[in-house]
Amino acid sequence: MRAIAPGLFTEESQPRLVGGRNRATGRIVFPCPPGNDYEPYPLGREGTLWSFTVQRYRPKSPPYAGPEAFEPWAVGYVELPGETMVEARLAHVAFADIRIGMELALTFVPLDPAAADPVMIHAFQPKDLAA
Amino acid sequence: MSDVCIVGAGIHPFGRTDGVSGLEQGVFAVRQALADAGVAWEDVQFAYGGSDAAGNPDTMVEQLGLTGVQFINVKNGCATGGSALFSAQMAIKSGGFELGLAIGFDKHPRGAFNALPAEYNLPEWYGEAGYMITTQFFGAKITRYMHDHGISSTSLGRVAEKAFRNAVHAPHAWRREPVDLQTIMDAPLISDPYTKFMFCSPAEGGVALVLASEKKARELGKLPIRLKAATMRTRPSGSFEVFAPSIDIARGGSATNIASADAFRLAGIGPEDIKVAQLQDTEAGAEIMHMAENGFCRDGDQERWLAEGRTEIGGALPVNTDGGCLACGEPIGASGLRQVYENVVQLRGQGGGRQVPGNPNTAYSHVYGAPGVSAVTILER
Repeated sequence: MRAIAPGLFTEESQPRLVGGRNRATGRIVFPCPPGNDYEPYPLGREGTLWSFTVQRYRPKSPPYAGPEAFEPWAVGYVELPGETMVEARLAHVAFADIRIGMELALTFVPLDPAAADPVMIHAFQPKDLAA
Repeated sequence: MSDVCIVGAGIHPFGRTDGVSGLEQGVFAVRQALADAGVAWEDVQFAYGGSDAAGNPDTMVEQLGLTGVQFINVKNGCATGGSALFSAQMAIKSGGFELGLAIGFDKHPRGAFNALPAEYNLPEWYGEAGYMITTQFFGAKITRYMHDHGISSTSLGRVAEKAFRNAVHAPHAWRREPVDLQTIMDAPLISDPYTKFMFCSPAEGGVALVLASEKKARELGKLPIRLKAATMRTRPSGSFEVFAPSIDIARGGSATNIASADAFRLAGIGPEDIKVAQLQDTEAGAEIMHMAENGFCRDGDQERWLAEGRTEIGGALPVNTDGGCLACGEPIGASGLRQVYENVVQLRGQGGGRQVPGNPNTAYSHVYGAPGVSAVTILER
């Protein structure tokens, strides 16, 4: 898998997101900030949806690196219990079916689905799809 | 301590003015404000000028006159105008100055703001993935707020409808045609649940305010508008801000909460004493959330307030009487001072078709912006 940036995902067969845990306070964030205050901390793969929206227009490039042909996508904040809330795409769910509180599991989707060797970004999908 | 007074106010119309730079719009506003105060540029002892994207404000001395005046540039995101005003009042409060200016202007390209990750200390991938988008944050924030506090999409539409209706009577506003609720609700979605009429657009404009000590204001023979409070604050922990790859599960307050509480403390009055308010409405839900964040109502009360028209010009608390950012557009450096300009107009009773009835004697303004800054003012007549 070609990750959008190094160090964001673990190198496991089922990758996890690499958050950061503050060595002094225990606060967990994503991604892991540079420097010595935070140590890498792999995040849980399952959580619930805290809030969301749908991106209906193509973001400007730069910085957006997605395809020229734009299809709207959903994005939300997923609460990983006891850790943090991560911003991520919501995949494999119709916009009309997205609900606050729905159970989600981590997955990865191509930034450009038409690319031959696409860059992958983190996303969450309905938990029952992941089984 | 004696009060700092606003003795002059000027504005360049907001919106799009092709062929006129942001700086020139600022100069236009300064000249109007000086004429309003009955003073000359040569009388000005200092200026704080703010712009986010339209150049260095102090370069306007070339057009206003090379008097050697002290001129300090301010750049503080959406709180730029508020920060300029805060700084200007402090200069007068210090006792070192009697008369000065707070200026804000801007001119942004068409389309959504184009923020880059490096400007916000964020990794490049965050922008590449498409997350450097303010409207996403606004959509997610209101979606959660509606879920928690029972706010309907219709209330979002009512805020936008009110903005365009009020702006009909505001000569400085940009979008001055009424838009009916159904058209607003049926318009294309931009970032759910917001349709295109529920977001402001980046725009252009300039505002200038002449500030004076109480003694100087008396000499000028002006009806003094007293600046009872001008506060600027950054975010506390647990706030929800734009451009956040992650947020803490433990939710906290906001920069607005702090700036607002501090302003009421300084002014010695409470939300129930305010007769007219300008609240940051870069999107329709912002006005709704800011009604509560500034202490004017409880979370969830807005649904009833809007249905009952309490924030209309003739209501119990008129909000955004010139149409706010929704109708005036958003020139970042100018919006905070536009709100204060509008409040000066209202306190002078010069609002014409948008004048708040009952001779209002207190007015409140509030801005909020990335990455968690807020500025509040309270004026009294």
